[in-house]
Amino acid sequence: MSQPKQFKVVGTRPIRPDGVDKVTGRANFGADYSLPGMLYGRVARSPHAHARIKRIDVAAALAQDGVHAVITGADFPRVGSEEITGGEGGGDYADLARNVMAREKVLYHGHAVAAVAAVSPAAAERAIAAIAVEYEVLPPVMDIETAMAPGATLLDEHLFTQGLPEKPQSPSNVAQVMQIKRGDVEQGFAQADVIVEEEFRTPTVHQGYIEPHACLATINEGGQATVWCSTQGHFDVRSSSAKVLGMNVSDIRVVPSEIGGGFGGKTTIYLEPLAILLSRKSGRAVKMTMNRDEVFRASGPASATLSRIKIGAKQDGTITAMYAWLAYEAGAFKGSPMMPGAMCVFAPYDTPNFLIEGYDVLVNKPKVAAYRAPGAPQSMYACESLLDELSRKLAMDPIDLRLKNAVKEGSQAAYGPKFNAIGFRDCLTAAKNHPNYKRPLGKDEGRGVAAGFWFNAGMQSSAEVHINEDGTVTVIEGNPDIGGSRASMALMAAEELGVPYDRVRVQVADTESAGYTNVTGGSRVTFATGMAVIEAARDIIRQLKQRAAATWGIEADMVDWEDGKVIPKPGVNADLKPLTLANIAATSARTGGPLLGRASLNARGAGPGFSVNLADVKVDRDTGKVDVLRFTAIQDAGKAIHPSYVEGQMQGGAAQGLGWALNEEYCYDANGVMENAGFLDYRMPVASDLPMIDTQIIEVPNPTHPYGVRGVGETPIVAPLAAAANAVRDAIGIRITTLPLSPPRVLEALDGAA
Amino acid sequence: MTKLHIETEINGQPVEFLCEPAQSLLETLREELNLTGTKEGCSTGDCGACSVLLNGRLVCSCLVLAPEVQGVPVTTIEGIAEPNRLHPIQQKFLEHAALQCGICTPGLIVATKALLDETPDPSEEEIRYWLAGNLCRCTGYDKIIRAVQDAARTMRGEAA
Repeated sequence: MSQPKQFKVVGTRPIRPDGVDKVTGRANFGADYSLPGMLYGRVARSPHAHARIKRIDVAAALAQDGVHAVITGADFPRVGSEEITGGEGGGDYADLARNVMAREKVLYHGHAVAAVAAVSPAAAERAIAAIAVEYEVLPPVMDIETAMAPGATLLDEHLFTQGLPEKPQSPSNVAQVMQIKRGDVEQGFAQADVIVEEEFRTPTVHQGYIEPHACLATINEGGQATVWCSTQGHFDVRSSSAKVLGMNVSDIRVVPSEIGGGFGGKTTIYLEPLAILLSRKSGRAVKMTMNRDEVFRASGPASATLSRIKIGAKQDGTITAMYAWLAYEAGAFKGSPMMPGAMCVFAPYDTPNFLIEGYDVLVNKPKVAAYRAPGAPQSMYACESLLDELSRKLAMDPIDLRLKNAVKEGSQAAYGPKFNAIGFRDCLTAAKNHPNYKRPLGKDEGRGVAAGFWFNAGMQSSAEVHINEDGTVTVIEGNPDIGGSRASMALMAAEELGVPYDRVRVQVADTESAGYTNVTGGSRVTFATGMAVIEAARDIIRQLKQRAAATWGIEADMVDWEDGKVIPKPGVNADLKPLTLANIAATSARTGGPLLGRASLNARGAGPGFSVNLADVKVDRDTGKVDVLRFTAIQDAGKAIHPSYVEGQMQGGAAQGLGWALNEEYCYDANGVMENAGFLDYRMPVASDLPMIDTQIIEVPNPTHPYGVRGVGETPIVAPLAAAANAVRDAIGIRITTLPLSPPRVLEALDGAA
Repeated sequence: MTKLHIETEINGQPVEFLCEPAQSLLETLREELNLTGTKEGCSTGDCGACSVLLNGRLVCSCLVLAPEVQGVPVTTIEGIAEPNRLHPIQQKFLEHAALQCGICTPGLIVATKALLDETPDPSEEEIRYWLAGNLCRCTGYDKIIRAVQDAARTMRGEAA
């Protein structure tokens, strides 16, 4: 963009179009739908982390009053291996089929082994208890080192590591290895004046959306199904359910409900094919919901990781070499976010020599799902923590160290392409100048700095802009609104059409009413679907100009579009009165029929998102508890369409990242059973844990978006982990290299140093 | 199993329903009475999404048995707004963008009403501790706290 665009409504903060329904309880979420005669479905789950299924007896369950159907793995078709595309997480449909319902083996505690449909939730619960499963229990493999050790118990005897130069001789729990490199890393380290090296660990954590997975499904005798569900991508629910059940895509209609949080965790399926199958067997509609215990044990959390990082630098701070060894737990099936984690780890820095190695490792935990910038928080926590140590060794300000090595427009990203216009240096400078960076600290208080990065995605989107009979506007799109995106779409349509914001309403339509659209994920909606809305608006403007010109009896190139009106070009036809949207809409039947603008596209050029966070903490030396005193999130949004919701993403990501840093973790016993599968013991931040979260939006326009938008949803969770860890290091003088920095762990470190 | 016949008042209206003795108030509201504005997040009293008022007192409806509301008036999110007019708490949640996904919002609004009905001028710390039983995973709470502060000002009759 040559010069900053001047906006009329974009950048304002109106009330979201779906707001009233959400503050009055009217909005329908996944569990809020019902149909007459509906049954309630429940899932029987494995009590073992790793076992072979010898036999399943469902007769006693089926014989109970009120039980209409029971399904097991035997009711599902065999699904061949095929890569899942279009979603946000990696994976294979054959694995997905086995994840929604176990076949020969159960691979984690909570793995589905059967499901029932009954007349009430209580009747379904009783039926589940009556299902008898005989298991041959196998040793659970619960961490990366155990899984990678020679002779380890195997989850899948047919899994051979991919990505090696030659096919290995024997199977392994390592599904895939990868490498990215540039220059000569050994030579780079030889040139360094200072070398730092450390090993870091992060635990399994959950996205923690407050709405459990839920759906309602019905299928008729002709095999046509309708599913209402809470999902980030109803087109993916359709395609995945079709694969798992061997159905045609055209025979499944998916209606997305409002979605009560997802953060990547609702980009896959769990209940939907079960509900369809139970509906087919029972002839009734079937509603299924997970309880919180099931959400923790049986939906996809984020990978635990083990990272080894080494960085070499000159005395002036110039980085000469970087090395990363990154292992990600995939859970029960291959497909951790190893690849994006590896591509992000050194992305903010320009270094001639680096080597990154990644490992995708199976363990007996639920198959991981995407979680906000999947893979990046873990690897960048490790790198940004080690950079903090480097700045201490060099006695250099941590922001100056980053500025010294920061990528800029034209830099070759570690993951391949050359950066276009990016705002990393702007974020660093803003952090350096922020008043919160200069506030004095008290006793046992510390300050941490860290940077964050996420690529952001484009992908496929469709949109329609309808001009209604009265000149008001309806936008139809296909991305479930997870955090205010209807408002962003309405703002962009209003900006383009030159009409007031409240004349534009946005509908998120089902799979048969909206054009194909990829998931609400990858921070892509405001960027890519926004681009589709803008293009659809431009499409209708072209038509409106033609209609007006035809009305006037002049050529279409003799008119202009200005402020929501068609006007004659300056200098000619000056006697013609401008035609508004309402004027043209009122006569549309006579000028060619309904007014409908459309766009469908595969958006390229998503602008990378950078952030810098400042965390101030106070450590209680008696209890090990870490209190966050202040938190400052600075991020390049390209262009903030609705600044309140951009700030909201930054604040929410900060809170989630702080939870990851300070308290959240899956705790397992020796049998691979999660011990804290509830919100009381899986301790997410509550209101009294946090201060106000200060935000500063930087706007370096993304040149490939008409308004300069870059995605903002995922970057915010990346930097808080290291920002908090670096602040704790600053407060207590000890580097703790395992997250979370929970009171027992901090106390142990303090006691060890005493 | 014999169902119990319960008479009570919900959102100012007399209501009768049948329930099993062990059925939660949450399940009864949602599945029997179609009052689905009250949300289920955990069913263990840890998230506050199912917050309702019993006789004006804030409770998690997942921890209340349906038969317990015999003769005890219940207020749910559906009873907070007046016909065609939002309550100031609802209005301020919208103006401050204090919701993203919106699943925790009904519970937070009910909990905020319980706070402000008793404590018209709470400190930030009082608000944070009162709402500590209502999990929000999207917002980081910042805009929620500001919305509650602003709603309190409005309800006290002060200019924003």
